[in-house]
Amino acid sequence: MSIRHSLLALLQDQPRYGYQLRVEFENRTGATWPLNIGQVYTTLDRLERDSLVAKEGDDGEGHVVYSITAAGKAEVQSWFAAPVERNNPPRNELAIKLALAVTLPGVDVQAIIQAQRVASIRALQDYTKARRDTAANQRATDTAWLLVLDSLIFQTEAEVRWLDLCEARMVQQAQAAAAGSARKTSNGVTEDAPLNADSRR
Amino acid sequence: MSVLGPQQVLELAQVGRTFGEGATAVAALRGVDLTICAGEFVAVMGPSGSGKSSLLAVAGGLDRPTSGAVFVESTPLAGLGLNELARLRRRAVGYVFQDFNLVPTLTAGENVALPLELDGTSARKAHRQAADALRQVGIPELADRFMDQMSGGQQQRVAIARAIVGQRRLILADEPTGALDSTTGHGVMEVLRARADAGAAVMLVTHEARHAAWADRVVFLRDGRIIDQAAAMHDPTMLLTQAGL
Repeated sequence: MSIRHSLLALLQDQPRYGYQLRVEFENRTGATWPLNIGQVYTTLDRLERDSLVAKEGDDGEGHVVYSITAAGKAEVQSWFAAPVERNNPPRNELAIKLALAVTLPGVDVQAIIQAQRVASIRALQDYTKARRDTAANQRATDTAWLLVLDSLIFQTEAEVRWLDLCEARMVQQAQAAAAGSARKTSNGVTEDAPLNADSRR
Repeated sequence: MSVLGPQQVLELAQVGRTFGEGATAVAALRGVDLTICAGEFVAVMGPSGSGKSSLLAVAGGLDRPTSGAVFVESTPLAGLGLNELARLRRRAVGYVFQDFNLVPTLTAGENVALPLELDGTSARKAHRQAADALRQVGIPELADRFMDQMSGGQQQRVAIARAIVGQRRLILADEPTGALDSTTGHGVMEVLRARADAGAAVMLVTHEARHAAWADRVVFLRDGRIIDQAAAMHDPTMLLTQAGL
């Protein structure tokens, strides 16, 4: 997530001070990605160093107000114009965990899948309820929050569908292994067919 | 469950359902325990062949279990004759099927009023209640349309109106969004959720996590057994129920 660009975009809207930026960011994204106030100030310092924002002075109550510069506006414009980079997929702990689980002996992959499924469905239930509640008393700022919730719902749903696919693959593999082992048995050779036999390389 | 606990609408106790006999027997359900209370929305998920549809059929008295017992509002279904069972299904239980099961020669309003009229409700009263049910599913203006004059999404709404018409306390839905686009599917979930919030017990069979997520509780079925459950944690009434309060 680009805090730098997010803060710049909010400053393009109007000049603000650090705490206002944090509140505004969390309002618009539903506090899904909580922002540390320290992060806000260090980012503002760097933006100022790079001449993308400028200190406007004091608001009379001791807050330092920042405004965006012309270079800052250009930076925001190119951020919005460029697609988010996809060729570097974010590290997915679940995919890594399952990839290791299927290649190691003695790991109950189905149990891992089911435990994750319950956790993911529970998250999906919470997102869906939050979406329902938000949609029921819709205020102007809620549109942004609804978009974020939709995104979370789609991502979580995709995860559950992927888990279903993983499980179906495991079952298929076990059946194929069992069929193979039955053939061997009929040839007079007995051999167990563990669930992850094929993937143990 | 204490006397202060929510009212149980559906109870399955050690329910088993086996098809066929001897060496070719297939157990679709094995020792299933499941209770759904008034106002509770439960989704049942599981892979194909896990017993989801068998569970729904047994729960609604469309099929008899081979072992265990099913209670609808404390009435044991095993004790009912065919006529009594049919009456209970018309009065207390509403079904939504994937393929709608609507009568093509009747209008939307007549389809929805049908179970009430079969049960002896006067035509006028039945049609008033049908109009109310069509309003709840968002298509009050389509009451006089025939099925071939409606889209798939509209027909599904008629099917849901028929399932909720009158005072149905138990609503059973089997993949009710199967043929619908995602926006219409969302509308179907809204109606089921609203019925549960109004006090009905709702059981939804689905393979779509997105739809199951509308439920208070998600039950996972595999090989005819309940292997797991997930409950939304942010609903205080569910937390109380889980705590047995």
